[in-house]
Amino acid sequence: MINFTYTKASTTNSAVDLLLKEKNAKFIAGGTNLVDLMKRGVETPDRLIDITNLPLHNIDKKETGLYIGAMVTNTQVAEDPWIKINYPLLSLALQAGASPQLRNMATVGGNMMQRTRCSYFYDTAMPCNKREPGTGCGAMNGYNRMHAIFGASDSCIAVHPSDMCVALAALDTTVIIQGKKERRIPFLDFHRLPGNTPEKDNNLAKGELITGIEIARNHFGGHVHYLKIRDRSSYAFALVSVAAALEISNDSIVHARLAMGGVAHKPWRLTEAEKFLQGKKATVDSFREAAIVAMNGAKDYGQNHFKLKLAPVAIVEALSQAAKI
Amino acid sequence: MLINGSAFSADVLQFGPVCIGTIFSVNFLLFYPTMSMDQPKPHAPDGGCSRRSFIQQSSAVIALVTTPSIITKAADHDERIAELFEKMPLSLEINGVRHELSVEPRVTLLDLLREQLQLTGTKKGCDYGQCGACTVHVNGERILSCLTLAVKTEGKKITTIEGLATGDKLHPMQQAFVKHDGLQCGYCTPGQIMSGIACIREGHANTRQDIQEYMSGNICRCGAYPNIISAIEEVQKAGGIV
Repeated sequence: MINFTYTKASTTNSAVDLLLKEKNAKFIAGGTNLVDLMKRGVETPDRLIDITNLPLHNIDKKETGLYIGAMVTNTQVAEDPWIKINYPLLSLALQAGASPQLRNMATVGGNMMQRTRCSYFYDTAMPCNKREPGTGCGAMNGYNRMHAIFGASDSCIAVHPSDMCVALAALDTTVIIQGKKERRIPFLDFHRLPGNTPEKDNNLAKGELITGIEIARNHFGGHVHYLKIRDRSSYAFALVSVAAALEISNDSIVHARLAMGGVAHKPWRLTEAEKFLQGKKATVDSFREAAIVAMNGAKDYGQNHFKLKLAPVAIVEALSQAAKI
Repeated sequence: MLINGSAFSADVLQFGPVCIGTIFSVNFLLFYPTMSMDQPKPHAPDGGCSRRSFIQQSSAVIALVTTPSIITKAADHDERIAELFEKMPLSLEINGVRHELSVEPRVTLLDLLREQLQLTGTKKGCDYGQCGACTVHVNGERILSCLTLAVKTEGKKITTIEGLATGDKLHPMQQAFVKHDGLQCGYCTPGQIMSGIACIREGHANTRQDIQEYMSGNICRCGAYPNIISAIEEVQKAGGIV
């Protein structure tokens, strides 16, 4: 690992100021992804600003919604008894990700900031537009079994690796960002599609820091499911994952929420399928039709062809589990 | 950053990459097929950005005014001065013993334990957070020491496999691993034991399925999993003295 200087920030403002002052500085929280990338030479910051001591460790449980500070660990969220009851989808998604050791280290803010695990991004000997803009995409005609089927571009077909973010995309989440001033953006506008600038994973500006998230209260109750399909039964990234939440009244769907992981450069919300489900009976037949709607526009790149078949089946299964049928 | 006089002592100058990660090709297990043997090794520590620029600048000035033999000495000198600026004081407790140390920010907790403190019980498997061999406890919670910068553990209490036994008496989890033959080659065992103890402490060892899921971050290439689970199950059922 190339050496760097290390500073602990004590306030959000000083952290942001420090980052703006340095040309090549980065925030570090849990470090589970950044340290890995630094060891491989993918990230080479001159300075790390440690933000783990910032006062962003609160979980605030209100009737109107849930606030989680950016420095709360993945374990703290996943294991919180109140969150398990009131936001079970979030808890399930977090438990499906990484390992207990990593969840103890990783933070909510860091989880949102993690980079793709595309092997071409990680391998500095390979072309990658995300790591080195203009060098090309190695995955396009290479090993792309794990790669995107939605929203990809000629520049990049990488996927976002987070499970937590798939649940946050399905719920009404707001991201709270501190720069020179505070701003709040809908979670769905936080991550980006690759387009011609795959080096940008999200819409954070230089000198901005995620301070927390807010999730609106919902009425899904226990009618939620997070289905993660991977090469091993645990501790592996998703080939395809589905976050499903249903509000059901008299066997009819009042509201549906669907998002997928492992299929796009950002957590992929399936709004058309949600609209389709509204007012329909909660039956496997409805879910099959919704899955067809959801797969509109999907495109494979060769080795990930199987995802075109796996994804709709996963959607039907997740919705059925959520509906408890 | 503070200047710490002890940076000149021999024991703090022996950092180096210990690339035994390839013994276990656990990279296969989490990454895609292309990320295997032909993947480039991480950059060898080459002195770091600030040291590099410091040496370049100062040695260039000296080179203008001195003879070649003196340049070598000057560069040596620069190297040592640069280290003074790049190391940070670090105070932490490991297995009940207080340590006042001096480390470069890039040193991981794993390398600190193994290379600087000779606590080689904690193993370097993959060095990328994929195998769990380096699992230790920080303030009672299991974490991966290979992805933890040592400077981030300032003021914390670390427990490693060396800190479990009391004199000659093994920790109940160590005894259970022996009894149930929870290992073959033994390389993943320290990580498995540290993780197993935490698994019970967290309340995730009530069923074999639970143990399997919550031990999934510890890979055993010999496949001793059924016996590892039995060992943890037994300690949990015995009242979980952890």
